[in-house]
This record gives sequence, structure tokens and C-alpha cells, in this order.
Amino acid sequence: MSRIKRVHILLAAAAAALCVPAAGVSSPSGLPTSIGKGEGQLNLIAWEGYTQPQWVKPFEKATGCQVNAKYAGSSDEMVTLMRQGGGSQYDGVSASGDASLRLIYGKDVQPVNPNLIPDWKNFIPALKSPAHNTVNGVHYGISLQWGPNTLLYNTKLVKPAPTSWSVIYSPKYRGKITVPDNPIQIADAALYLSKAQPSLKITDPYELNQAQFNAAISLLKRQKPLIKKYWALASDEIDLFKNGDAVVGASWPYQTNTLQAAKVPVKDLIPKEGATGWADTWMMSSHAQHPNCMYKWMAWVSTPKVQAEQAIYFGETPANPKACPIMNKLSPGSAAQYHCGASASYFNSIRFWKTPVAACGNGQNDCMDYTKWQQAWTQLRG
Amino acid sequence: MAASLDTAERLSHREPGRLRAARLGLSGLFWRHPWAKALLLLAPPLLAFVLVYVASLVALFLSSFWTVNPLTTEIQHIWNVGNYTSLWDSSVFRTVTFRTVGIAAAVTFTDAVLAFPLGYFMARIAGGRSRAFIFVAVLLPLWSSYLVRVYIWRLILDDKGVLNWALGKAGLPAANIGYSNWAVWLIFAYVWLPFMILPVYGALERIPDSYLEASRDLGAGAWTTFRRVVLPLALPGVVAGSIFTFSLTLGDYVTPLLAGGTNSQFIGNVVYSQIGSGDVPSAAAFAAVPLAVMAVYLLIARKLGAFEAI
Repeated sequence: MSRIKRVHILLAAAAAALCVPAAGVSSPSGLPTSIGKGEGQLNLIAWEGYTQPQWVKPFEKATGCQVNAKYAGSSDEMVTLMRQGGGSQYDGVSASGDASLRLIYGKDVQPVNPNLIPDWKNFIPALKSPAHNTVNGVHYGISLQWGPNTLLYNTKLVKPAPTSWSVIYSPKYRGKITVPDNPIQIADAALYLSKAQPSLKITDPYELNQAQFNAAISLLKRQKPLIKKYWALASDEIDLFKNGDAVVGASWPYQTNTLQAAKVPVKDLIPKEGATGWADTWMMSSHAQHPNCMYKWMAWVSTPKVQAEQAIYFGETPANPKACPIMNKLSPGSAAQYHCGASASYFNSIRFWKTPVAACGNGQNDCMDYTKWQQAWTQLRG
Repeated sequence: MAASLDTAERLSHREPGRLRAARLGLSGLFWRHPWAKALLLLAPPLLAFVLVYVASLVALFLSSFWTVNPLTTEIQHIWNVGNYTSLWDSSVFRTVTFRTVGIAAAVTFTDAVLAFPLGYFMARIAGGRSRAFIFVAVLLPLWSSYLVRVYIWRLILDDKGVLNWALGKAGLPAANIGYSNWAVWLIFAYVWLPFMILPVYGALERIPDSYLEASRDLGAGAWTTFRRVVLPLALPGVVAGSIFTFSLTLGDYVTPLLAGGTNSQFIGNVVYSQIGSGDVPSAAAFAAVPLAVMAVYLLIARKLGAFEAI
């Protein structure tokens, strides 16, 4: 036992030693006030499509930071990867709102100085210091892009065109429905129930008490026999739609773009109940080995051109509205299509992914935390 | 012969006295203590076995008694057996275990039924050239990626896939087996078939012709000979093959993930998602289940003489 402890102390000492040569010059608060010289390498965990050569290659050329990216398929996987090997293996992660708080409270990510990111002041107000990456005024990352989880359907086979999420819970398309294999999908069911069953009084799909949670799970249980496959990778859903195994499902705009490019007759929409969505943040590991390169990366992906390129590639909305005119230049009409520079009311209509916790506002402590969500999802899938 | 002895003698003469003494001393040691030679031979593999295999198993077992923080999902070293009791209490783990073991058994049975006639043909009927051809044909799929073969089966079984296309041409109704346990069973039976054919072929090939002749001379018909001579002698081969097909299916999660339907979770898939969500202790506890299943299976296989047939 004492040996284990000694190893831990050694590891901690090594980690602390590595933390010291942080970026450039440091201020009294411990945050750097300038970005130092790049370390030549940058190891990232990212969503598929977030580190495309289109904007990574010019970054490498401009900064000398060689980018090594690993794709993660879910927020849970991102959290696990960030902790792997003592947390020093990766410098940064493109965390969604349901992972960012877990990383902050797990001390896996470190505070950053947003003033070192020139474009940060241009961001839409809601994404400068959002609750999912800023705690007590301390910034733990720089917002990136955001977007809704959409309803995807085959325009030839689904008629009339759906307007409500009810289409994925009704037997009309039995055996032709697909939804993500992810516990956070419970929130989609809760969002639908908040409109379909007002008596449940669901106000936030991530803050569910036992009764509301049970209602969502029983809806998902009734949905299960209607489903063709729970998709794990975006490419799985693309295959299902291409090969006619699915005609309607919960999706990301990325799949719509890919399928339309392959001439599959699909469309997507935000149904009348609204949609869940993601707001992603680049966060820096507490044990980042290449902090200067990470700062340079966060600055790079915040610039209007890269914001526009990524928005069009993935089908999402930039945090930096200066990207909107560039989007239209790259692909006419794309700024409007992806709601670039959209109003605050549109932003607020999307229920962004966040980690469900027991404390659910107004002093109540009876909400189901994420462990319960995961257990329920395992039960449902088994 | 004499020349080579001569050379050896000359060489040994040229050897410095001290080195020669050491060499003789060493071979003397090995002669007096046979275990010393065994130790020297076994040390490297044994070391690898202990470090790579046993140590990781122990680490797995230890971590199954830990717990995780519900908010941050960090592992906390608080000893408890909660992971095992929830395995027992929760019906989902039972369902998944029975499904995994059931499909593994079905795959093993299917492969045994398919491999036996082919192995028999290869061992006792085919000539040298056609046997070599069948060997290559059996082993050829192993040269391509496992993943590619699973994806190809997905293309075959898709709604608009080759299977439904062929059925449609024949005027038959579409078989709706893509993304289901049927697909999982079929793909497993396909990918693990070579691992059954080879030991079955080996066991059948080892049966001396004289046994079959004796059986015939004593008046047994073809069926009786097969039942009372061939089958008992080939059984250890089948059991040996079944160890591969059963354990490979039991531990797999890729095929159920890619080709399974809504009720196709294997033990491996649950372990994968538990690790993905940071719950390593629960995953470790559930991963102990296939270990236990395999331990029982191997005990039975030993009783049936499988280890002499590998």
C-alpha cells in the first residue's frame, strides 16, 4: 500500500513539474498573459469532422504545431480519454456541454485566459461565458460551434413530411426508425413529453424527477420494438438511410449533408417541440504537454474563416458571427441554412446537452443524476 | 560422420580451457538437475505470461471491487462488492449473459455441423491437389480484415442488399434479417468456421484406415462405422474447435455492434459502454463473467479429451 502511495506522489510531482512551464508569461491569477513559443506538437480529442485537413494543414504551417487528433464517438468517451494515462496524453478536447462540467469538476481541464483569443470578443454574447464552460467567472475553455439534433427523414418514403418528434414514437414506421445509442437520448424523449404530456410538468429535459424520468423511460421502452438500430457512429446512420433500412430518425446535420451529397432523398428539420443540441468548447487538459500550441489552436479555430469552414463541413453554427459572410462566400445560402448569427431567441429554443445532476434548481435535490441515466440506458438496451 | 566428429574434436581442442570447463559444468548441471534446463527454457515465456497475462487479470479483478464518483465518474478506491451484487440483482445482466452464451453455443453447433462433412471430405476422400485447394479456400478469408468481412455481410443482408435482391428475383418474399440476432449468428458462424474445420480435419485424418476396415470386416454398415468408430474418435477435434468458436464469440463485441439489432447487446458491448462512460469497476465485474463461463467450458472440454486433439 505504501508503495502505491509513493508511486502516486511521484506521479503527482511529475505532473506538477510538467505544469510549471505553462504558456508564456503568467499573471498573479496563474493565467498566462501571452502565448509563448509553440512546442511543435498538439494532441487533440475531437468530434469526427472537427480536425479536417482544410484548416489543420494551414494551422500546422503557420504555427509549426503538428496536430495529432483522435476522434471520440460520445461525450462519455471523451471524458474517459481525457483521463487516460494520468491525463497528460492529450492537450485538448472539443467537449460538448454534457462533458464539460464533468471535466471541470473532475479537475481534468485547466482555466484559460480568453483575452489571449483575439476573436473571443466577437462571439455571440451567449457563448462568451456560458454556464457549461465558465464556473464562478473562471473560463475553462473557448466556445466553438453549436447546433441542434435534428429529425432526419426520407422525403420519398415518409409522407406527409413530419412536423413532430411523435413520428419516431409511432408505429407507422415500425422497423424503419433509428436513434443514437447514447443515454443523453433520454432528454429527447423528455423534451417530446414536455409538450405531449404537459401534466408531467417537465420544464428542463435534463432535470427530471423520478416520475418524469420513469415516463421518459417507458416511452423509450415502447419505442424500442419500432427501432431498426440504435446507431453508434454517424456513418452507421448514413448506411441505414442509404440502404433503405431506416427512413426516419434522430440525427445531426452532418448526416444530412453527407446523404444529400450522395443523392439520397433526405431532409431534416427541427420539429415543433424544439430540439436538443450541442454547444462545444475547446478545453485544455490540466496536464497539457503543449499548452502554447493549444492556445494557438483555440485562437486559430475561433477566426472567422476557420469557423466558417468548419460550420459548413459539419453543418453547425459558428460561435463567431463574423464567419457568416464567409460562409455565404464559400457556399451561398449556408449562413441562413445553419442559422449563423441567429437571434438569441433561436439560441434559447435549443436545449443544449448538459450533465444531469441530482440538484435540479430551486433547492430540490430529487433529480436523476447521470449515473441513473446510464443505468437506465443499459437496462433499455440490454 | 568421422570427418564431422574430427572437426568437433579439433574445435573443442581450440576452445580455451576455462570456457570448456564452464560449458561442461553447465551441461553437467542440466544433466543432474533436469528442472534447471526447464527453468531456463520456460523463463522468458513464463515471465511474459505473469507480467502480461496474470498481472492484467489481477488488475481487472481488483478494480472490480472499486467504485466511481457519480458526478465526475472518477474512480474511487473504496472496497466493496456492490458491482457483483448489482450484476446478480439486475435482470439486464442476466439477459445479456444468456444471450451471449446462447448465441455462442448456437454458433459453435452450426460450425460443428458445417465443418464435419468438409473435414471428412478433406481428410478421407479428397486427393492431394483438391485437398490443398480446399485448405487455401478455408484459410483465404482469414487473410482479409475481420471488419471488412462483417461490413460485407451487412451489405448482403441490408434491406436493399444482395440477399433480398436474389430472393426478389426468385419471386420469394424479402428476408428481413439485417440488423438482428439472426445476422449476428450468421456472421459469427461464417467468420469462425475455419477455426472449427482445422481441428476437425486433424482429428479425422488421424483415424487409421485399419480401424475402418476392421469395422467393416466385423460386419458394421457405413452408418454404424460412422457412429461407433469415426464419431467417437473425431469428437475431441470437434470439442477442440468448439473452444475456439465458443470463446471467440463469447468475447466479441464488434459484430453485435455493427450488425446487431435492438436486442443484440453482448457482454462485450455492455463492458464497452460501461468503460466508455467511465464505470471501469462495473465493467471489470461484468468482464469476470465470461472468464467464469470459459473456466467451466474448459473443464468440460478436458473431460471430453479436447486437449489431446489441439
